[in-house]
Amino acid sequence: MKTITFPHGIHPPVYKEPTAEKRIETMAPPEKVFIPLHQHFGAPAEPLVKKGDEVYLGQIIGEAKALFSASVHASVSGKVLAVDGYNHPLGKPLLSVSIANDGQDRLFPDLQETKDAFSLSPDEIRQKVKEAGIVGLGGAAFPTTVKLSPPKGKTIDTIIINGCECEPILTSDYRLMLEYPEDILKGTELVRIATGAKRIIVGIEDNKKKAFGLLQEKIQDYTGEIVLLKTKYPQGAEKNLIYAALRREVPRGGLPFDVGVVVQNVGTVKAIWDAVSKGKPLYERALTVSGNGIKEPKNLLVRIGTTFQNVVDFCGGFEESVNILVMGGPMMGLSQWTSDVPVIKGTSGILAWTAPDPSIEYTCIRCGRCIDNCPMRLVPTQLMKYVRFDHLSEAENWGIQDCVECGCCQYTCPANIPLVHWIRLGKNQIMSSRRRKSA
Amino acid sequence: MIDKTYILQSSPHFKDKDSVPKIMYVVILSLMPSFLTSVYFFRFRAIALFVSCIGACLATEALFLWLRKKPKHSLLDGSAVITGLLLAMTLPPSLSLDRAVIGAVAAIAIGKQVFGGLGHNIFNPALVGRAFLQTAFPVAMTTWIPPAMLKVNTVTFATPLDNLKFQDAVAQGTLTSLKDLFLGNIGGCLGETSALALLLGAIYLFYKRAIDWRIPVGIICALTVFTGIFWLANPDKYASPLFHILAGGLLIGAFFMATDMVTSPITPLGSWIYALGIGIMVGLIRLFGGYPEGVMYSILFMNTFVPLLNRYTRPRILGERREK
Repeated sequence: MKTITFPHGIHPPVYKEPTAEKRIETMAPPEKVFIPLHQHFGAPAEPLVKKGDEVYLGQIIGEAKALFSASVHASVSGKVLAVDGYNHPLGKPLLSVSIANDGQDRLFPDLQETKDAFSLSPDEIRQKVKEAGIVGLGGAAFPTTVKLSPPKGKTIDTIIINGCECEPILTSDYRLMLEYPEDILKGTELVRIATGAKRIIVGIEDNKKKAFGLLQEKIQDYTGEIVLLKTKYPQGAEKNLIYAALRREVPRGGLPFDVGVVVQNVGTVKAIWDAVSKGKPLYERALTVSGNGIKEPKNLLVRIGTTFQNVVDFCGGFEESVNILVMGGPMMGLSQWTSDVPVIKGTSGILAWTAPDPSIEYTCIRCGRCIDNCPMRLVPTQLMKYVRFDHLSEAENWGIQDCVECGCCQYTCPANIPLVHWIRLGKNQIMSSRRRKSA
Repeated sequence: MIDKTYILQSSPHFKDKDSVPKIMYVVILSLMPSFLTSVYFFRFRAIALFVSCIGACLATEALFLWLRKKPKHSLLDGSAVITGLLLAMTLPPSLSLDRAVIGAVAAIAIGKQVFGGLGHNIFNPALVGRAFLQTAFPVAMTTWIPPAMLKVNTVTFATPLDNLKFQDAVAQGTLTSLKDLFLGNIGGCLGETSALALLLGAIYLFYKRAIDWRIPVGIICALTVFTGIFWLANPDKYASPLFHILAGGLLIGAFFMATDMVTSPITPLGSWIYALGIGIMVGLIRLFGGYPEGVMYSILFMNTFVPLLNRYTRPRILGERREK
């Protein structure tokens, strides 16, 4: 069958076998949850509860005040133990609401079902999505309301649903496509209504033929088409996916809006459907727990705020020799120093394994592999050198801000140079010097 | 309370298995067919030259690493062995061993370590060593002996390109046959004589994706067009492009020297310009220059442009619109 793709990229081993055929299991809510108020791109939500308050499951506990923000909801019913700093996957303690689970799962009474979701207006859909605190579930956790509100003067003609799951090891999106195909397609339709788009494209990598076949069959009842994409990393990166599907290039520094496109992850559209039709806030998500450091790898539906330790205990615990714990995929995930961090909205996976000893770093021999593989067509080795020697304005000229940190360059670097790390450092230095200037 | 802590590291957390030493050993392996044919053609002379060049390169590298207090693993990365191998392959089989050692020391010291070692040098180290010898011992570097297979009683022997340049071989009808050029039954530098062996190595390099294909393709195309124009205009005076490709150091230069990662451009467009420049320079020197052969100087000349080429040939970023 014909597949489409983008230029460059890499083929890392996928390691999806341990969990690909395992159904998404529902994990029982833990005794305590720690729900950070900052789980998304943008400003943190502001707390609405205080110590000692009784909360319901699905009750709003943090309110989005800024444009780029998302509301946060209680993922269990019970008593608020503290509103205080707690370990966060981003690495430092952030303001979180700790709740003792009373085991009742008493649902917040204000949540309302909508019988005929498709008759809602775009504004009503956006409002419900905003109330439910939905963010992109692919990992970047970008507030979904913003994505559903095209700025004035930009028309959206195409919705792309991202079912690539190009990160190795992760399988939860694949399972969602197999287990909830209708919810995904219904959520997609809501996105189409909200943005006024005409066309729907669902992109799936060709190593997920089963999901492709199933959605192909189900989509007959809806409008839209399914395209098969070549299995290649990073096929699911927004700009590359848009290029593969439509041959459109998102301008430098621009957003998919600029080429008339909105991209949504399959998990996100399912959450949109749940939020709009059932009134269900985003208080749980599907994720993959895998890697050879996990005794029984699984796909799980987990309440937000459950600690990684609780989740891994549910999967039989860690193997003895584990020394790496990662939130997300192995290519772009964030490594964690402790398992005492909560699952947040952007947690697409919890991976653990035993890392080999670090290999020797050589000097760059200018082999050019980083250039041959960069999906953004950058020159990573040159960016690394500019950052290393403090030529930040040159690094900007060479497109350091266009880097999506996918890691293709570093994956293939024979000299073992931490290219992505250098590029991140350069971006941070540029951002902080900009802040100094504007202050 | 959970006590166990984990390693914090920057993503990506996966890495393929390739490494600098592995690339170097692929290149060494790809030079083996040529190594074996040169031993076959030049017997003991070949072995002696290889041993002294590689030995001197490694010793010089070790000395510099020790002086500069650099980690010793750099010695075993294979790059010094490649320099030694390539240098030996570009030497006349009759060259005395002490001179070969001088060339090897110059290659590593002047060609590589003064710039800061692997990855920092501007010029191909092996060619720097050879250029050093060419300047220091011009006669010894242009004196050739016949390969052991040829039962000829001469002490010295001209290379096919010498014949072409100085004996007017095309007009005389004494041009070396393409078959001899291809198999290597001719005079010349140790490793450059057999086109067949070099091509075998090149296929392996392509298979392993260890070289940028644009560079050999660009060089050969440019030389073909350049020499082809003159050949078509006057076939009684000029040799065919195929002769030029197979003769002298063109193949070893195009596949093994010009493709040196450190001293060739990193951008695709830069590689094309660099390769075309080499091909045309070789043609110019061979047809109109004072030397019969010009591969070494062409590559060294284009090496000087690599930093500039890298700087001005940045690829177009995804989504970038360039003003006309």
